Amino acid sequence: MHGPVATTKGEAIARAEEAAERADALRQRADWLTHAILILGVALFALPIWIVLMGSTHDVATISRGEVPLLPGPYAIENYVAAWTEGSARTTRVPVSAMMLNSFVMAILIAVGKIAISILSAYAVVFFSFPGRMLAFWAIFITLMLPVEVRIFPTFKVVSDLGMINTYAGLIVPLIASATATLLFRQFFLTIPDELVEAAKIDGAGPMRFFKDVVVPLSVTNMAALFVILFVYGWNQYLWPLLITTTGDVETIVIGIVRMIGSEADTDWHLVMATTVLALLPPVAIVILMQRWFVKGLVETEK
Amino acid sequence: MRKRVIFPQVGLPYLLLLPQLAITSVFFFLPAGQAIWFSFLRQDAFGIRTEFVGFENFVELVQDPLYLESLWITLVFSFWVTALAMSVALGLAVLADRHIRGATAYKTLLIWPYAIAPAVAAVLWIFIFHPQVGLLGRFLNGIGVAWDYKLNGTQALITVVVASAWKQVSYNFLFFLAGLQSIPRSVLEAAAIDGASPARRFWTVVFPLLSPTTFFLLVINLTYAFFDTFGVIDALTKGGPAKATTTLIYRAYIDGRVNLDLGSSSAQSVVLMLAVIALTAVQFRFIERKVHY
Repeated sequence: MHGPVATTKGEAIARAEEAAERADALRQRADWLTHAILILGVALFALPIWIVLMGSTHDVATISRGEVPLLPGPYAIENYVAAWTEGSARTTRVPVSAMMLNSFVMAILIAVGKIAISILSAYAVVFFSFPGRMLAFWAIFITLMLPVEVRIFPTFKVVSDLGMINTYAGLIVPLIASATATLLFRQFFLTIPDELVEAAKIDGAGPMRFFKDVVVPLSVTNMAALFVILFVYGWNQYLWPLLITTTGDVETIVIGIVRMIGSEADTDWHLVMATTVLALLPPVAIVILMQRWFVKGLVETEK
Repeated sequence: MRKRVIFPQVGLPYLLLLPQLAITSVFFFLPAGQAIWFSFLRQDAFGIRTEFVGFENFVELVQDPLYLESLWITLVFSFWVTALAMSVALGLAVLADRHIRGATAYKTLLIWPYAIAPAVAAVLWIFIFHPQVGLLGRFLNGIGVAWDYKLNGTQALITVVVASAWKQVSYNFLFFLAGLQSIPRSVLEAAAIDGASPARRFWTVVFPLLSPTTFFLLVINLTYAFFDTFGVIDALTKGGPAKATTTLIYRAYIDGRVNLDLGSSSAQSVVLMLAVIALTAVQFRFIERKVHY
């Protein structure tokens, strides 16, 4: 624009095209760089998983020698079968199949339990007026500030006084009260138009009928989103199961792996690797398969 | 807060609230109350007699150099985990937000570490950092660097920081990406027309507009580093060597579950509760105000 005045129209067009091409080339270079850095990022994230995935197909001697294989070996089936049916014979002797079952029971019951009790209490707080409503709301809200980690010893004591050590109930029940899920449902219920409630009342539908026929069907997306987040939350619990389980009976896979490593003197590294792959498969699969709901749920619960 | 049209029943709402309030009372309020009460008590060595000692447990904590050291370790650890996890996530989010082919694929490939448990993340990193069976650990020892996170405190701290931050990046990435995508295009175009370079556009336009997300993530990451990294530390270093990676939570666990020190463990719980309450309060203040410049 500030260059010499174009003598002909053709020249001006040629110059403009040239500028556009230069800009294109610059953009393309930037795009390549972007791709390169993103691929590097993705690779960095995948590297630890890759190592474990490949390592789980080699025998223990290879791993213990520290060869850190980056390509698959011949022992895949053997290792996974051994881990699945026997576990690490040299340390814990709990088969991974049993740990997986415990983890599934824990994750699913925590997710379902949290959703069930949260939707009920959110429904009570939003659609009814009763003495103590605000008190109940604050009592739920304040639990946000009391994660398990800050009341380790006293909670353990309560659970052990109730005789719930080494039981599924001890593993699950204390974790299913959740302020976050209640707050999410409450937020959503406030967007349900008053006219809908009005219409239901005129039609003679009682509160439970309205809950069953209107509120629950409308909440399905929210439930799906919460289910992903809570399943991952339940599956990944570490401190709580560590406190509650002292025998292998209700041991979850996440604490099982760490116990399998033991003192590192006599570790079946190849089985640890196979178990690690099995431990991260279910939550990763559920996040990837339900990615859309997961992202929506995550961003909304935290707001 | 409440709907205008409501149901008139009086008993039903209590029934609906019952399961949640029952669990909350038994497993949240009762133990929290007990923690506060026990923090003023002391048991003798045999657990037979308990006496009321006022603030003595707290005074002892504050005077205990090991406790102060674990406080310092917690702060250093949390700072690095937060700084690392947030800066890497922001960088990746800015790149993935550019209109390039395959942006969605990158997103999918970057979010799955969210699903991995902290303790499992730690096990994954054993095979990178371990001096005998780890890729990097072996390499470092091979070229003459004495690397063993089981012996060297600084190396132990680096190891737990990297493993903890690695897991948290994908969470931050998702929120930064959502934040970036909500910035109106017109604002960026206006800056571009004014001739601002991409770097300048980022620091003067994008970054300030991202500040609500950044503050929110700052609190979330600090909370994560404080409380959720227990699994990483337990799996990798067990608080060692020589307590170099013993954070406040790890110490509370050891004193409560292993040493069964009722008074001191409860006092530590109370201190941690205050920390969570402070973090939550900060979080809500910032979210209410929707921090912008």
